[in-house]
Amino acid sequence: MLSMRLYMLQRITAVAMAPLVLGHLLVMIYAVQGGLSTAEILGRTKGSFFWFLFYGTFVLAASIHGAIGLRTIVSEWAGLKGVALNCFGWLTYVGLFVLGARAVWAVTFA
Amino acid sequence: MTEQTIKAIIERGPNPMGARTQFDVPAYDNQTVLDVVSWVQQNVDPTLSYRFACRVGMCGSCAMMVNGVPRWTCRTHISKVLVGNEVTIAPLRNLPVVKDLVVDMDAFFDKWIAAEGLHHGALTREDPIAKVDPTSSARVASDAGVECINCAVCYAACDTVSTNQEYLGPAALQRAWTLLNDTKDNGREKILDAVTGAGGCQNCHSMGSCTAYCPNELDPMSAIAGLKRESAKSFFRKGR
Amino acid sequence: MGGDFRMKASKSIKARAHPLWLAYALHRLSGLGLALFLPLHFWVLALAVTNPGQLDRFLQLTDAGIVKLAEFGLVFLLAVHFFGGLRLIALEWLPWTAPQKSLAAGAAAVSFMVATLFLLKAI
Repeated sequence: MLSMRLYMLQRITAVAMAPLVLGHLLVMIYAVQGGLSTAEILGRTKGSFFWFLFYGTFVLAASIHGAIGLRTIVSEWAGLKGVALNCFGWLTYVGLFVLGARAVWAVTFA
Repeated sequence: MTEQTIKAIIERGPNPMGARTQFDVPAYDNQTVLDVVSWVQQNVDPTLSYRFACRVGMCGSCAMMVNGVPRWTCRTHISKVLVGNEVTIAPLRNLPVVKDLVVDMDAFFDKWIAAEGLHHGALTREDPIAKVDPTSSARVASDAGVECINCAVCYAACDTVSTNQEYLGPAALQRAWTLLNDTKDNGREKILDAVTGAGGCQNCHSMGSCTAYCPNELDPMSAIAGLKRESAKSFFRKGR
Repeated sequence: MGGDFRMKASKSIKARAHPLWLAYALHRLSGLGLALFLPLHFWVLALAVTNPGQLDRFLQLTDAGIVKLAEFGLVFLLAVHFFGGLRLIALEWLPWTAPQKSLAAGAAAVSFMVATLFLLKAI
């Protein structure tokens, strides 16, 4: 059900995200102090190549990782198989990636 | 003085939920779950079907679900599993029921072979016997898993087996791991191909029910982790 | 190998009551929760371009106590999936035999502390 390729992709994206998640947790704890605002978020991220790369990589890895995870769950808990299962995986990946890429673009270079 | 009795509820297949039968079984010292089942078969209902052979934890044929937990019934004292004076005994989970407490073990053994859980020899009788260093790390890893008695307790405990028909399961994968670490086995490529196929080791979620319930206290979860490690290395080397 | 017998038998399974199974369940449910939250998260952030006013109204919502609690939950999900995931990677890819149960418990404990720290900063 889970091919070795998907397994490796799942683990590699997990390892790639490890420092990013840690960074994200730290930024959240830092940024939430004194409340959140659009201006504050954009002030940090707008025009920043670093944050574009940071969140861009994060979105790419998370959409792959999340899609493979959801694919496994619907296979094990809902019995989805074969072509339907693969379609579900790809759709989830593309959906998450497009939404995520839109968000990253919005807070950096848009 | 009234005789102590055990309320044994036996779920009789192939429709376990439809046929729960209660039997009152006399209690005595040093009584095992298998003793209780045997008493019912010998004294109340001779048509009750179940499997056993050695009665001393060697043959691996008497595993059943006892109060929802897979156990070797010949080495499980009834006093340890009684809730009040009640015990529920059912056929092993994750395998089709043939009749009463007997399950069809075909899938379990077929997967054993599918995982290349068989000897891959390279020597002939003319060759000298291969030297095995009992202290080498590979031999230690192999030794850790060789005492498996094929009882299928781990197979019944595993939720990944329940939800993924192709999954080879803990016992078969652990055997593959012992062979991968065996200096006398020459099937490394075959084994790695088998354990990374559709139902391979990568499907395991490390929930550890196999290790938690193995009656011989083996650790299939760690053996499967070993297979994942070797498979990942091979993947990086060969790109597959 | 029909599916029928499984569903029936699994109703009575009690074999799951052990720490590593609970760690597995926590990892799966936290992952599921995060994956379902991501589309909302991304959509709200994209408002920065499409509708900045609405984004600010959204962000002001986070001042409410109940939303803070939900955020605490989300941070916990991320942290527990992160630390639990590190444990799994270590178990699978590193040749060590650390006491898995303690590590699982440790991962949950650290996650709880991270989420609590977040909550304290947020209030």
